[in-house]
Amino acid sequence: MKMSLWRRSGLLIGAFGLVLAACGDSNGAGGIAEDCDEVDEVTLQLQWFAQSQFAGYYVALDNGFYADECLDVEILEGGVDIVPQQVLATGGAEFGLAWVPKALVSREGGADIVNIAQVFERSGTLEVSLADSGIESPEDWAGKTVGNWGFGNEFELTAAISKFNVADVELIGQDFTMNALLNGEIDAAEAMIYNEYAQVLEAINPDTGELYQPEDLNVIDFNEIGTAMLQDAVWVDAGWIAESGNEDIAIRFLTASFRGWIHCLDNFDDCVDVVLANGSTLPAGHQEWQLNEILALIFPATNGIGIMNDELWDQTVAVATEQIPELQGVDVSDGAFRTDLAEAAIGNIGSLDTDGDGYSHRDIELKEGGE
Amino acid sequence: MTDASTEQGTSTTAVRTGVSVVALIATLVLFWEGYKFIWTALEWTWPVNPSDRTLPHTWDIVAALFKPAQRNGPLLIFVELKAALFTLREAFVGFIIGGSIGFGLGVLFVRSKTSERAFMPYVVGSQTVPILAIAPMVVVWGGKLDIPQWLTVSIIAAYLTFFPVTINTLRGLRSPEPTAVELMRSYASSPNETLWKLQVPSAMPYIFTALKVSAAASVIGAIVGELPAGFRGGIGRDLLQFSQQFTAAPEKLFAAVIIAGLAGMVFVGAVTAAEHRFIAGSRREPT
Repeated sequence: MKMSLWRRSGLLIGAFGLVLAACGDSNGAGGIAEDCDEVDEVTLQLQWFAQSQFAGYYVALDNGFYADECLDVEILEGGVDIVPQQVLATGGAEFGLAWVPKALVSREGGADIVNIAQVFERSGTLEVSLADSGIESPEDWAGKTVGNWGFGNEFELTAAISKFNVADVELIGQDFTMNALLNGEIDAAEAMIYNEYAQVLEAINPDTGELYQPEDLNVIDFNEIGTAMLQDAVWVDAGWIAESGNEDIAIRFLTASFRGWIHCLDNFDDCVDVVLANGSTLPAGHQEWQLNEILALIFPATNGIGIMNDELWDQTVAVATEQIPELQGVDVSDGAFRTDLAEAAIGNIGSLDTDGDGYSHRDIELKEGGE
Repeated sequence: MTDASTEQGTSTTAVRTGVSVVALIATLVLFWEGYKFIWTALEWTWPVNPSDRTLPHTWDIVAALFKPAQRNGPLLIFVELKAALFTLREAFVGFIIGGSIGFGLGVLFVRSKTSERAFMPYVVGSQTVPILAIAPMVVVWGGKLDIPQWLTVSIIAAYLTFFPVTINTLRGLRSPEPTAVELMRSYASSPNETLWKLQVPSAMPYIFTALKVSAAASVIGAIVGELPAGFRGGIGRDLLQFSQQFTAAPEKLFAAVIIAGLAGMVFVGAVTAAEHRFIAGSRREPT
């Protein structure tokens, strides 16, 4: 009789487990081109969750561009504690996306990684303030509380403060909402043009009862004031890329990834749909805005998509070695990037619009909540 | 199996539970809206700014659940219920793992004073290490060992689960009267027989109390475990995503929090139901 008790409770537990197990996950796999002698499995580590910032890679995966190159690519999303440079250095992924200054710090910390494609040519970082604050240039930050995210996201701002000799700036850590700015707790806030800036424009202005308008905001663009640093680039581990055959894999990976991004120039809505399919809670309007702005960070591409712009590299290095304590007095450029792989990739898709000459900035109308 | 009196008892209890749940929700809504109203009227912003951007109206939060999560997509409530089930599955596996380990440790400690003295400080110490520090490590190790990602999340849930079960199992196993233990000995019972026939049955109320705490903790563990690697599918990931959209759509975050809370309540409720069946059943056992 005692056993029946145990069995009864076991059944209860088992039944509950079955109900939960029934809602399991399912995996789909992309079709690989049939004329591949061999298919190479590689992994791409993103900095964050699926969003339009990574549209080119998702499109390359979903549209079979990687498969065309005989690659079986797995895209790993980022998270709160995921550092792509570390994932690369520990062999958790073959390819990783990272901002240049953060990757330079990781290199100095012992991660032997190489930039093989500088996909974003422009920085997406802004310092945003309300129009009535009167902040129109970096000098106007004097005596104000200026928000930033810290954790290596603040160097464009601190470089601007020292470049323009702004005195009395109170730097304040901000969370990843824009509420502190809108509630008047800080005078300026750091914002990515493709994310937080749009979130303000998707929020209701209590004074007007309507959405905030671009005219309600003053924006300082670090690209314009000359302290911008290069952001999303494709990095690989130096040891991995030195192994025989891996350069070829990298060229094929970049070929397909570039095709993905160029595809978005002419197939904007298709690309947004691919992103939305990869995140069931992503608001559509916000992702449209984001893709539009991301494309503006890539195109037009001075030397073709993914090829380093030396002038901006030098500017990044100058700001990094001045602002980042770990990098002071270090020759950070030594072996940090190469352009031959990206050039070979562009050679493979020469007939496409690799410079993005046909690119035009769209007019995206935002709705409340980014719907 | 149940007789008329208990049936009547359960229906009265159900009504009483229903009334108290409604009263609780009404109180919370009143408190929330009252705070907003008074703080707005007096223009207070401390401790929490009462603006709609920080504290959306309760009806806006509920309305958000019944709007599409994504243009032309399913309603947010369905998306989040699915995510909650996914997280519950991770929590459930962690609960079973943690509960088993906790029970095993309790039995070990009651059998051997030496092992209790040797390991108990570490068991206690393990709970002073914040889960936020443990979670990324487990996720990284899990990735290296090729453990499926949901299982690493379950391991984090198990970490939060085993402690209360260990402590309460130990207390419960020690709860029988010394005379009862002596009686078992006088029957020449083996230690195993004493354990299963006397100690474990009398430990059951203690263990179930711990399991209810653990059920809630395992859901928290699963949600926290989803965060470091941004593991897709569960409600932890959605909470993070909505916290990023907070400026534009704060009501979505609160809506997801409600669903996450419901998930925890469902799990605790299931354990309570199991407890009623189990302990009521054991009382009816012929002795």
